[in-house]
Amino acid sequence: MSIFINNDTRLVVQGITGRDGGFHTERMLSFGTKVVAGVTPGKGGLDVLGRPVFDTVEQAVEVKGANTSVIFVPAAVAADAILESVDAGIKTIVAITEGIPIRDMNRVMPVIRAENIRLIGPNCPGAISPGQAKVGILPGNIVTQGKVGLVSRSGTLTYEVVHKLTMAGLGQSTCIGIGGDPVIGTNFIDCLEAFEKDPDTEAVVLIGEIGGTDEEEAADFIKANMSKPVVSFIAGQTAPPGKTMGHAGAIISGGSGTAADKIEKLKSVGIPVAEIPSQIVPKLQEVYK
Amino acid sequence: MKIHEYRAKDLFRREGIPVPDGVIARTPDEAKQRAIELGGRVVIKAQVLAGGRGKAGGVKLAKNPDEARELADKILGMKIKGMTVVRVLVDKAVDIESEFYLGIVQDRTQQCSTLMVSAAGGMDIEQVAAETPEKIIKLPINPETGLRPFEAREAAFRICGGKTALRIADVMVKLWRAYAKADSTLAEINPLIVTPNQEVWAVDGKMNLDDNALYRQSEIAFWRDHLGEVPEEYEARVAGLSYVKLEGNVGCVVNGAGLAMATMDLVKYHGGEPANFLDIGGSSNPDKVVKALEIISRDQNVKAILFNIFGGITRCDDVARGIIKAKEKADIKLPVIVRLIGTNEDAARELLAETDLESAATMDEAVQKAIDLAKGATS
Repeated sequence: MSIFINNDTRLVVQGITGRDGGFHTERMLSFGTKVVAGVTPGKGGLDVLGRPVFDTVEQAVEVKGANTSVIFVPAAVAADAILESVDAGIKTIVAITEGIPIRDMNRVMPVIRAENIRLIGPNCPGAISPGQAKVGILPGNIVTQGKVGLVSRSGTLTYEVVHKLTMAGLGQSTCIGIGGDPVIGTNFIDCLEAFEKDPDTEAVVLIGEIGGTDEEEAADFIKANMSKPVVSFIAGQTAPPGKTMGHAGAIISGGSGTAADKIEKLKSVGIPVAEIPSQIVPKLQEVYK
Repeated sequence: MKIHEYRAKDLFRREGIPVPDGVIARTPDEAKQRAIELGGRVVIKAQVLAGGRGKAGGVKLAKNPDEARELADKILGMKIKGMTVVRVLVDKAVDIESEFYLGIVQDRTQQCSTLMVSAAGGMDIEQVAAETPEKIIKLPINPETGLRPFEAREAAFRICGGKTALRIADVMVKLWRAYAKADSTLAEINPLIVTPNQEVWAVDGKMNLDDNALYRQSEIAFWRDHLGEVPEEYEARVAGLSYVKLEGNVGCVVNGAGLAMATMDLVKYHGGEPANFLDIGGSSNPDKVVKALEIISRDQNVKAILFNIFGGITRCDDVARGIIKAKEKADIKLPVIVRLIGTNEDAARELLAETDLESAATMDEAVQKAIDLAKGATS
């Protein structure tokens, strides 16, 4: 199996007629993802890569049975696109868009929680379950099917680690980038919980970074609830306080959110923490054979 | 984005929050003139985008216009956390009986804005939160309804009573309006003053705004103070790059924020010092690479430049061509080490082999080469 996305994923691409939407739709299709439709308001009736374009997500659900959406629309209208998907009955939403205002996400999140929606992102690379489907922009050529789950707040650092896992013969069940924004739909605990339940995941790699306390909460969760081995890496040990490091959520503010605090917390509950990326695979091999 | 105190107070005034009369002065004479207009007794406050202004000597009470001139003369030109004071706020002084703290911040864990109220006003609120958290009342704000008057009253009556509590509750609701309208991530009044005759005054104001919402905050976006920014960071931002200047000698150009942080950490791990954080973004647009090289090579500390690019969907050979072209265009004399990994990495390495660019197969190897080259250049 896998988590969140799989062979049953029937994907609608919101923003399919845009540059990024079109580009990545092609790559999702060639990976084998069942992309069933696209949506761009006002462009209903078009055809993109052999897939019908609708004006609304509701139509895509009705006509093509979409159950998952991926969002490539501009930041100013992305929160609305998420809510449109929810309203159409979509239960799994992956928001790639970067730059959605916090106030908009604050208004989206209560709906997501009330309707029990799996929202991944925003400002994320998406998720990929090798051999089944990819939803988002993760490169499909670096993954291989296997039993390691990976969850990360980053994009290219995730690719770096996935690539290393693949090179070492450690295939993946699902790799998820949860996003670099301060307000995101899916946090580490959500993914860890799903990986723990997933019969095809045997070990987990968790890639964190500075800002917030999601890693600390994940550490407590792992200690209390995880039977599967977890190894970790935290980026940003040299990041200065008070500066946003690329991701809107990657900021040490008021002395909280430092890499040192996160590493200490993870270690205190017995989770191996790699000091540098090249130690992640060896650390994993020590606890998972 | 941070805005100055006098700007935050303008936004407070628009919502009807009582703010003492105040004006900006850029010279000591101007400060004296403003003090005369405001009745003589004023507070001179350095306007820089940094905390701890009071501790640094940037906030002083003047008993009369001549003293205002004297104090402004001292404060103007002062450096606070590396930033030069070019303007002071001259505020009419108010008598203090008690001080409160009012703040609204984005709470990452709760995923909503949160009101924070305390009777321990005028102090460093982070210190209060760390040492005596029971002194701070916190209330999550529903994003659809906003802070409702009864909620504000409930909070206010927990820190004081009578008319004062009602006045403070009124300020809370107005602070929420200012916060929400400006797409803020923080709005703070510390302290909110109560005078001996029970008037309330916001004698300080602080607001941070959500950078992602500036597109719909055209007036406020215009208030960005570039003097408060490192010039190169400003230049990078305009070019669509994310750059943070550090003190080391190994310049870093990386695609992706997480990988960029990990690269800096790795430089440090192997005994070097990173000169910067730089994320050129997902695509490897040659124009962005040129700009990145220009900005980094202008930093006199930089002795070697390290590229660490993960070519996922972008092909590595395309990235290599971009780097080669950009290095020529930006006329870089410093040693450059390139580590490309992902699609078509072998073709990329062949291309680099024909140039004077050093290539490396792994992150560790690339970082070590860069540190060695930086050292070699210094000795």
